[in-house]
Amino acid sequence: MNVILVAVIALGLLGLILAAVLYLIAKKFAVEEDPRIAQVAEVLPQANCGGCGYPGCQGFAEACVKASAEGSLDGRACPVGGKAVMDKVSEILGLASTDAEQKVAVVRCQGSCAHRPRTAEYVGVKNCHVANATSGGETGCFFGCLGLGECVAACSFGALHMNPETGLPEVDESKCTACGQCVKACPRKIIELRPMGKKGRRMSVLCVNKEKGAVARKACDIACIGCGKCQKVCEFEAITLENNLAYIDPAKCRLCRKCEDACPQHSIVAMNFPPRKPKAEEPAKPAEPEVKKAPEAAAPVEAPAPEPVPVAPVKEAAPKQEAQS
Amino acid sequence: MKTFRIGGVHPEENKLSAGKKIEVMELPRQAVFPLSQHIGAPAVPCVAKGDVVKVGTKIADAGGFVSAPIHSSVSGKVLKIDTAIDASGYRKPVIVIDVDGDKWEPSIDRSEDIVRETSLEPKEIVARIQECGIVGMGGACFPCHVKLSPRTPVDVVIINAVECEPYLTADHSLMLEKPEQILIGVQLIMKAVNVQKAFIAIENNKPDAIALMKEKTAAFPGIEVCPLKVKYPQGGEKQLIDAVVNRQVPNPPALPADVGAIVQNVGTAYAIYEAVMKNKPLFERVVTVTGKSVANPMNLLTRMGTPMSQLIERAGGMPEDTGKIIGGGPMMGKALLTAEVPVCKGSSGILLMTEKEAGRGEEMPCIRCSKCVSACPMGLEPYLLAKQSERSMWDEAEVNEIMTCIECGSCQFTCPSNRPLLDWIRQGKGTVGGIIRARAAKK
Repeated sequence: MNVILVAVIALGLLGLILAAVLYLIAKKFAVEEDPRIAQVAEVLPQANCGGCGYPGCQGFAEACVKASAEGSLDGRACPVGGKAVMDKVSEILGLASTDAEQKVAVVRCQGSCAHRPRTAEYVGVKNCHVANATSGGETGCFFGCLGLGECVAACSFGALHMNPETGLPEVDESKCTACGQCVKACPRKIIELRPMGKKGRRMSVLCVNKEKGAVARKACDIACIGCGKCQKVCEFEAITLENNLAYIDPAKCRLCRKCEDACPQHSIVAMNFPPRKPKAEEPAKPAEPEVKKAPEAAAPVEAPAPEPVPVAPVKEAAPKQEAQS
Repeated sequence: MKTFRIGGVHPEENKLSAGKKIEVMELPRQAVFPLSQHIGAPAVPCVAKGDVVKVGTKIADAGGFVSAPIHSSVSGKVLKIDTAIDASGYRKPVIVIDVDGDKWEPSIDRSEDIVRETSLEPKEIVARIQECGIVGMGGACFPCHVKLSPRTPVDVVIINAVECEPYLTADHSLMLEKPEQILIGVQLIMKAVNVQKAFIAIENNKPDAIALMKEKTAAFPGIEVCPLKVKYPQGGEKQLIDAVVNRQVPNPPALPADVGAIVQNVGTAYAIYEAVMKNKPLFERVVTVTGKSVANPMNLLTRMGTPMSQLIERAGGMPEDTGKIIGGGPMMGKALLTAEVPVCKGSSGILLMTEKEAGRGEEMPCIRCSKCVSACPMGLEPYLLAKQSERSMWDEAEVNEIMTCIECGSCQFTCPSNRPLLDWIRQGKGTVGGIIRARAAKK
């Protein structure tokens, strides 16, 4: 009995002393964390996608609190939460809200099987990076989508899926948070984050082929051929032509849709516009221009190629690419 | 019988065109010269549209020290400087020449006489090799003059006449027809790097070449024929040095010259003979056209820039059951996007695989049999590197020496589960190489 008593008392005392030591140490060496970090992290989506450029939501919250000491959140935006979340963050930090524009991923390739004839067969690993490093791809277009779905795999929000009919990825705009993971995943830099635009209306050149016109058209009947018609018709200087490829600057585009009409290749696409009534002008913002298609695209097969463009003979077994036996 | 120590496989040899005479390929109507035919900086065109060129006229300058000039293989007019699909499977800059005949530069010695003596100094020999645009003819196309300017003194030259790739017989046929010229070329290499000893390494599946070279080397002091056991990838530089002189080249950035050895392909030795003794730039080479369904597998002396489709036509046309067109041999070669790809300095062969051969087996899970580890001639763990590459674990892959992989494909060849090991390792090598270069640039 005595032994038990001594042991209980001794251990109890020891516990009390150590508890007191631990308490003092914890007081003395306490790490002071700005409580706002936890508050900011609270309002963030906690998707930890890294789309903001910081390691996860916690990292972004720390960066925001740090930046608040300088009085501005410029350059820091949560692409997932958008303006709503950034307004809350600004409120917590006592700053004026920033004007972060909501963006959306745009797949700049329309080269479905119907538009881009297959000239070869790829039998290697079903991975876009491996395929891209192996050779130009299954079609004559060496810039377009490889169709192996790296972007779909990279999307944490289920906003991308492969359309089995076209073999191209499609963006579900309601789910896309513009985190940029798909942009990084694509070895050919086909996906671009573009401003959503009012009511989602926007103009884009859906092609990334930088070949000369004849070569591009032979590979894909819907490729931008760099003809420059869109540039000429644009009244707002929103279209630039570089390396045989047109690009619409979203900041300058006024959605007049002239370019869409002028593009002979249908490479320029107006998205989320209501269907056109015959001959009626579209409301609100008409106008941006690019070229749309006035003349019918030349039949792709007959397209005159000034130079001998080597394309695998269709009848003779198209060589599959892949290096090893 | 000597061979390298670790790893290796023995694929079916299929040397269908062995023992066939080298035939001369007719000129193309249009010759296409890619500007990147070698490792290093692309060449820079020094002709313009409309210029008239002869056979042997330089059409592009070297783009740096590690680069090589390109010479026309035909006479005619420069049609354009444009892009075309080359063996890489992408559209690359090329010079296109419309052929109007076969007028040679007068400076080239076209006689059949064998020139044995030269008064050129070692430095002048290397300079001549550089001017003539000679690169390694085994397939890697490393500029020859760079290898012949070693940082450290070397004491042995090894001539790679192994031709360990199945199907290919270009080097074999060259040895049977031009043995003396090759040996003079070897002497020139020895003189250029001041070495007294040279080995000609030949696998013992070419007994006729071994016998002939042995007979001819009697007149060439210091040159010895070294027969080797048949094993792939014996033609790899490091494997060959290991097999012939039993020296081990450390991991990159060490070079073979650091262990005192220089390896040159037998085709390169012949090209060096022609460049130095005949003043003939590198514009033609022996190309094997082969395949199980090909009517007449053959060795063709072909001018650079000739479309491969023309060579296939000459060998009896494209067989019905062609599954893949491979540029090079079946192990290291690359499937081509189109048969219009031009013959380049490194085109050792064109292999038309049948559909049956070309198919890939269904990929199945790794069963941990470790066959790939036993087969790897570099002592790596291919299953691990492939997995790390697949999961983007670049740091771990670097630690596991992914950069020492020579991409011989022995692992994938030997895998019973048909796993695409090399596809992934190559992808990892590319990415890790980029990371290492970025890190070096930062410093």
